[in-house]
Amino acid sequence: MSYLLETKNITKRFGGLTAVDQVSMGVEAGEVVALLGDNGAGKSTLIKLISGVYKPDEGEILLNGKRIEIESPIDALAQGIETIYQDLALAENLNVYSNIFLGREKTRKAFGIIDVLNHAVMAEESRKVLDRLDIHIPSLKSTIRTLSGGQRQAVAISRSIYWDAKVLIMDEPTAALGIAEQKKVLNLVKSLKNQGIAIIIISHQMYDVFEVADRIIVMRRGVKAGEVLVKDTTPDEVVGLIVGSETVKK
Amino acid sequence: MNTLTANGKKALLAKLGSRWVLVFIVLELVFFSLSTTGFLSIDTAQMILFYGTEVFLLGTAELFVIITGGIDLSVGFVMGFATVIASKLMATFVNLGLSPLESVLASSILTLLIGLLPGLMNGWLVARLKVPAFIATFSMLGITRGFSELLLAGSPAKNLPALAGNIGNGYLLFITKRGGISFFNRPEVPRGEYVWAIVPVIVVLGFVFIAVFAFILNRTKFGQHIYAIGGNKEAAERAGINVRRDLIKVYMISSLFASLAGLAYTFKYITGKADAGSGMLLNGIAAVVIGGASMNGGSGSVWRTVLGCLVIAILETGLRIMNLQTFTTYIVIGFILIMAVIVDQLFLNSKRAEG
Repeated sequence: MSYLLETKNITKRFGGLTAVDQVSMGVEAGEVVALLGDNGAGKSTLIKLISGVYKPDEGEILLNGKRIEIESPIDALAQGIETIYQDLALAENLNVYSNIFLGREKTRKAFGIIDVLNHAVMAEESRKVLDRLDIHIPSLKSTIRTLSGGQRQAVAISRSIYWDAKVLIMDEPTAALGIAEQKKVLNLVKSLKNQGIAIIIISHQMYDVFEVADRIIVMRRGVKAGEVLVKDTTPDEVVGLIVGSETVKK
Repeated sequence: MNTLTANGKKALLAKLGSRWVLVFIVLELVFFSLSTTGFLSIDTAQMILFYGTEVFLLGTAELFVIITGGIDLSVGFVMGFATVIASKLMATFVNLGLSPLESVLASSILTLLIGLLPGLMNGWLVARLKVPAFIATFSMLGITRGFSELLLAGSPAKNLPALAGNIGNGYLLFITKRGGISFFNRPEVPRGEYVWAIVPVIVVLGFVFIAVFAFILNRTKFGQHIYAIGGNKEAAERAGINVRRDLIKVYMISSLFASLAGLAYTFKYITGKADAGSGMLLNGIAAVVIGGASMNGGSGSVWRTVLGCLVIAILETGLRIMNLQTFTTYIVIGFILIMAVIVDQLFLNSKRAEG
């Protein structure tokens, strides 16, 4: 078993509260790992440790078996670890390609000296990545404000993919979507998996998890409460792990 | 079919919504040409631009901050501060024996540099210490006003080089009745003979700065990041944009333009006054809002702000020609500002539909 991304005994404390306690987990290339747990179980803190929002108090993060230091979200991005949060972090007032290139805009020289935005290249490159993921957005010049929830999710995903994500972390990717759009996003996740990307998904929707995930990791009160392969388990068993084994014994 | 017509209506409303400033300018021109004599003339047009220079500069100052979702209440008194600094420096340099040109150049550059300080502090407070822009810039209003009055110690600066006034009230081109043309210098003509003066120098200088910063806003990464910060600050941060640094720059740009307005004032009126821009804050903010920018941030353009400034400049000059006092201007601009916001709300949905 060779993980692309791995955490070893990672721990994060906030004052007296240990939000993530000695958690070791990993995800392989071309694998979807679902991170489950009740509210406050430490899922979000765990992914924020991986994506560089928080710095771990103990433990280490390995990429391709090598220890990496992630001091900030920028470091994580530089390592190919992309995170799509529930709120998607899109600038609604900007258009599709401006969002895909946000913070990393393509420029060209004007008058031979000044760097100006190169809209043509950004639009063309965006079109390519959207086509590759089979995403249909009528005009790349539409502002995000005018797009549907699913289209926005697709733009956020395209952005990560364009920037060569090796590991893609998705926080509740289907939570705010209608049924038809949920399907589309799940298909998108499958297609990313087939392209060899390691994916970690946080979700509350058991259906989504069993639809796309290969492996399930359950968190409870900051610790890893269990790890099961999707093909070997049932939703009932997973729910048992989430709420606590005592309940299951009864 | 129904949705199609609805969309058509929405698109039409959106078009009207974005064009109402132009409609309003035409209405103003019609009103003033009916109520005064000879309003539609090159002379009046130049007068509008000449007296409006400070409004154009302050509107641009305010625009940058408003796009990021902030506000800069200090621009009026930063402008006054700049007039005081510039006039004091000019007088000092002349006393020290520098030539008029050296005095004017050195004091202008120094004024612009010193003028960056209020913006630096505003930006630092807003970006670093998360002080609400309203409070940070409101405090700066008081601070700059106090320093201006301290420096003046009750009396306006005197003995400014005549060159300052020549720049401030100069024109690019003069044409005499006999067809003589001269650049920059008013030609000698027999007493009473009319000379056409074309394009005030101060307006050209102002618009050079506005054009440069319009380019920065529209075409560069930094400009794009300003819009991104206004649209979704957290998204900008997560995309790796240095939001703090960019915000500080934005408040410094605001102060720079307020100081430019101060310089324009000093050159035009050859004096420095702490309250030179006291009534100008309303104009600056009104121009941006009339120009269609949202106070929530994320939208606004330099050229539409320039149109907003034009609405105010035409109004001020028109009312001045009609011999109405300044307070009328404040009242009318206040009402137009309210109207602009209402129109913005009315057209908000149609704008969104348009995208």
